[in-house]
Amino acid sequence: MSTATTEPGPGADFEVARHDSLGLRIQHVLHGNPVLGPLAVLLAAIVAFSLFNSRFFSAANLSLVLAQVTVIAVLALGQTLIILTAGIDLSVGAIAVFSSILMATFCTRAGLPGVLALLLGFACGTAMGALNGVLVTRLNLPPFIVTLGTLTIFFSLNSVVSGSETTRGSDMPSIMTWTGTTIPIGTFRLTYGSIIMLALFAFFFYALGRTAWGKHVYATGDDIEAARLAGIRTDRVLFSVYTVAGLLYAIGAWILIGRLASASPNVGLEYNLDSITAVVLGGTSLFGGRGGVLGTLIGALIVGVFRNGLQLAGVEVVWQGFAIGLLVLVAVSLDQWIRKVKS
Amino acid sequence: MTVTTTPVLAARGITKRYGRVTAIENSDLELYPGEILAVIGDNGAGKSSLIKALSGALIPDRGEIYLDGERVHFRNPMDARAAGIETVYQTLAVAPGLDIADNLFLGREERKKGVLGSVFRMLDRGHMRSEAKRHMSELGVATLQNIGQAVESLSGGQRQAVAVARSAAFGSKVVILDEPTAALGVKEGNRVLQLIRDVRNRGLPVILISHNMPHVFEVADRIHIQRLGRRATVITPTSHSMSDAVAIMTGAAPPPDPVA
Repeated sequence: MSTATTEPGPGADFEVARHDSLGLRIQHVLHGNPVLGPLAVLLAAIVAFSLFNSRFFSAANLSLVLAQVTVIAVLALGQTLIILTAGIDLSVGAIAVFSSILMATFCTRAGLPGVLALLLGFACGTAMGALNGVLVTRLNLPPFIVTLGTLTIFFSLNSVVSGSETTRGSDMPSIMTWTGTTIPIGTFRLTYGSIIMLALFAFFFYALGRTAWGKHVYATGDDIEAARLAGIRTDRVLFSVYTVAGLLYAIGAWILIGRLASASPNVGLEYNLDSITAVVLGGTSLFGGRGGVLGTLIGALIVGVFRNGLQLAGVEVVWQGFAIGLLVLVAVSLDQWIRKVKS
Repeated sequence: MTVTTTPVLAARGITKRYGRVTAIENSDLELYPGEILAVIGDNGAGKSSLIKALSGALIPDRGEIYLDGERVHFRNPMDARAAGIETVYQTLAVAPGLDIADNLFLGREERKKGVLGSVFRMLDRGHMRSEAKRHMSELGVATLQNIGQAVESLSGGQRQAVAVARSAAFGSKVVILDEPTAALGVKEGNRVLQLIRDVRNRGLPVILISHNMPHVFEVADRIHIQRLGRRATVITPTSHSMSDAVAIMTGAAPPPDPVA
């Protein structure tokens, strides 16, 4: 906020207009700190569900919520990077599930050591993301269309490779399910998967906010022409974002195997919309250039808290979707309202 | 005018065709040290093609470009920028979501010294912010107190000021401004004109492309009139009136003399 200077300086014509109404002030605060809105929703939801059901705020239940959101949070992290560049990734679920199937296949049918199977799985996920990146940057196709195509391709390959069969975790080397093992902290049980997830968020929080790459991601999503003219190689930025997202989805696949104690080709279709939901609830704008990973973490937690809290409150699964859908609409409307500040 | 000094930037016989359409034909331009050269012309006169050739955004089919008397070849805008020519484009000047300091350093961010910068790639935000503040206040835009303010919260004139400050901060030879006052109100337009003068007074010559005749006549030292893909003539605000300029631009009057 600019302070009100009384004497007209040389740049007096450039004074920022002051807003006085409460609504406009809230709009400005949210505009400056877009994480506050989602954070308020998360805290309100936690308080409300705790009052409804005493079991909600128990260490055991909160451990469950965190374990439940871990996979979605990692996928939503990759999705956030892409949405920040004004793109969208519909193939997130397909890449994650196909990567988990590939990892399982490598270490069971192909008989490779666990670590190698895992690294190869990461490489495959990265390659799938890179394919999206190539199609978006070289062929100049809209990300929606590209990832709609690759979604279908990866899901079909997924069925081919897996033979529509689930691989049990007990048939795999222990490293594959290591992400699902827990560390007890009092009565709270933290999984290694959740630790990896939190470390990834910390890493990308740093990368987006404190490195030139991060600034370039925001600038590319904000206004790609302006970014190009400022000397940013926007094609490289976009390619890097899709590729890194692919790697994140593969890490998500590893955590998924640990969480389910199996690799199943039949999960994951809902991950596309869930990851986008988490990003949007976290205040990242679908128009690009605005938001961040902290919001996405909160957004993923909001989804998890709502699902779990409504479950404990005895609300049927169908109505849980209804509630989350409503939340998304509110979040998007809020985003539109906040963006109006600039005009 | 000081015809004896070497032009900072000169174009000779620039020609660009798109298929059978000729955008510019054998066009010249000279920019001398310490001047504001306005480039005016009707739509389709080839002024933007000419400017694009100077800023590296377009590779001419024929013709030469000289910077300080040396022949240069720009393959892209980065080449021109590396040579010291900064261009502010009409509408695409800034990234609205980033703050003022980020915008000033966009595409040439500075990293911290030592391991933090080389391994962890950490940006030197403190230094960039203080530098940004210095550049802004040098141009008399000191009232933008919060250098960490998102550019989208600024008015059109303030955004243009950020873009102009960026070009002045990094342009070592020439600043090219494409319609910098087009989208602005009267007051803000005047403010930006003052900024342009400030840039010139700091020793950087400026090429100003504008449709706004009062603005052109207010700040320009010389006025390059482009017509039908060529330079029709160069006039000065003292030697000719606005209506003379418009008449030459549209072909209603012959150019006074075949180019100085």
